[in-house]
Amino acid sequence: MRRIIQYVLYDILRTRFMLLYTALLFISTLAMFQLDNDPSKVVMSLLNIVLMVIPLVGIVFTTIHFYNSYEFIELMLAQPVDRKVIFLGEYIAVACSLSIAFLLGCGLPILLYGATPAAITLLCCGTVLTLVFVSLAFLAAVLTRDKAKAIGVALLFWFYFSLIYDGFLLWFVYAFSDYPLEKVTLALIALNPVDLARVIMLLQLDISALMGYTGAFYKSFFGSHTGILLSTTLLAVWIALPCYLSLHIFSKKDL
Amino acid sequence: MRLILLLYLLPVLPLLGRTVTVSKTGPLTSLKQAVAQAQPGDTIRVQAGTYAEGNIVIEKSLVLLGEHYPVLDGRHKDELLTVHARNVIIQGFRFVHTGISSIHDLAGVRILDSEAVRIRGNQFDDTFFGIHISNSSHCRIEDNTLHAQVRVEHQVGNGIHLWKCQHMTLHNNRVHGHRDGIYFEFVTNSLITENYSEGNLRYGLHFMFSHNNEYRRNTFENNGAGVAVMYTYGVKMLDNTFAHNWGSSAYGLLLKDIRDSEVHHNRFIQNSVGIFMEGSSRIRFTQNEFDGNGYAVRLQASCDDNTFQQNNFQANTFDLATNGTLVLNHVDGNYWDKYQGYDLDKDHIGDVPFHPVSMYSMVVEQMPAAVLLWRSFLVLLMDNAEKAIPAITPENLKDNSPAMTPHDLH
Repeated sequence: MRRIIQYVLYDILRTRFMLLYTALLFISTLAMFQLDNDPSKVVMSLLNIVLMVIPLVGIVFTTIHFYNSYEFIELMLAQPVDRKVIFLGEYIAVACSLSIAFLLGCGLPILLYGATPAAITLLCCGTVLTLVFVSLAFLAAVLTRDKAKAIGVALLFWFYFSLIYDGFLLWFVYAFSDYPLEKVTLALIALNPVDLARVIMLLQLDISALMGYTGAFYKSFFGSHTGILLSTTLLAVWIALPCYLSLHIFSKKDL
Repeated sequence: MRLILLLYLLPVLPLLGRTVTVSKTGPLTSLKQAVAQAQPGDTIRVQAGTYAEGNIVIEKSLVLLGEHYPVLDGRHKDELLTVHARNVIIQGFRFVHTGISSIHDLAGVRILDSEAVRIRGNQFDDTFFGIHISNSSHCRIEDNTLHAQVRVEHQVGNGIHLWKCQHMTLHNNRVHGHRDGIYFEFVTNSLITENYSEGNLRYGLHFMFSHNNEYRRNTFENNGAGVAVMYTYGVKMLDNTFAHNWGSSAYGLLLKDIRDSEVHHNRFIQNSVGIFMEGSSRIRFTQNEFDGNGYAVRLQASCDDNTFQQNNFQANTFDLATNGTLVLNHVDGNYWDKYQGYDLDKDHIGDVPFHPVSMYSMVVEQMPAAVLLWRSFLVLLMDNAEKAIPAITPENLKDNSPAMTPHDLH
């Protein structure tokens, strides 16, 4: 397995995309810190990157990478190696390289300019979202044989989680605004990893607003130990479940 | 030598009165007795110890000086001192365990129909009302510490409660854990400075019908519902701090039917709502700092002729929210950290107006639960679309000359 991870990592580095991605994140984060003296405002701007760009890059890159290394996978399958090992090797290599790229790109400037609790939370959320969307990308990739179709599915995932789902949620809140919605919205938030990460960040950034209205309920939930445990578990499920599903499909798939 | 001393003291003597000492070791052990025996103008020194003598009524000009905080204990049933006289000074006592009664409003110190009373440097612990003053004038309440540990509102009264008073001074008192920290009703022409009202169950400061008072350098922090003031004109609030008032109905400062007033150079830090105002007119808000509030200002459409100038709005979730499209207020020359305009002529004033009402704040106004979608991509799109073509937000509510950099308010 280590050999496979090594080969895949080498392959990823060779394309130079990862270097570019890291550099882009690094420069934009650095620029934000230099344009704005207030670290908490930078975290707000970075939040947009973490919620939009990180999932998009993660899911598209992973899907394309999977199809580009199709021949490598086929070659490996010809060897007496377990399919699980090949799949997990691919997964770990891609997930690690994307996470490290993000952590280096955004983390270094944050460490340089002020690691507030909000910024650290943001880094954690970004890493977790990377892992979630790598998992989803693998799922999209093993679902079809066609590269274009897989990218389409991957993009659809991204659209769904960052836009369509929120639209649905807003409509839901609007339609049922006469009812107590705290618990229901909380449950619905859990069904979207991007929203989950966003709410965890909201508790850092907009705590005053959240404390008004129904916010006290969310605060007491997410602020409590069970809440933190539950949201972490849910995010872990969002990483593990698509990964497991795609592993399952990959193991049985006629390549 | 003696002669000189005598000569020196001679003019003072008639004013001085006698000095009586009350102590646990005798000869005089009862404060009640000392008060009964004293002549107007006397001074009663009270040594350390616990005095549980029920209600003591003071009806003449006396000076009560506690040494090392003698404790007046109400044993959970009595009121402690009741003052009904002119020129009384009460200093250096510790008032504990008054009774609890909503009918009699039992207090640590009650002052009624009096004048020129000074309550200075006392401690109040577990009193129902701390200091309760009614129908008095020219009193000075300073350097007192009031503390209550009750968890429910009906089991505790207000820290400093004033009813129908004039020309009062409240300076450097600390109130914690009462129902309302400072409560005024029909109190006029008074000065309230450097008080610290924190962790009270309901309001840090609560007043009604209290005209022409001035509030300076006070701090109201972490109170159940913040500060609420109503039905008053001529309020001056300068250099106060309103911080960490969190909750569904907590306001840094709630202004209801306030008019002709001034709110200048205050700090509103991390409140659910910095200022909530309804039915208020002709209030000038200048050089205030709004930092990290859920809503910096919620300006109901029932307000008119209010002015917001040279304030700093920073790191608030929503800067300004309103519930209608009618705009009768003036917002001008403030600094908004959400302003994205430019300044081509370099006069430090933005060249395009700023619309402080965000579209999503209108949505949240209608559906509180929608606050959970704040900062999502969808909301970002909606807000920007609204900025390009205003449809829901009041188009005329805008700052025509937004500052490019924060005003220096220090």
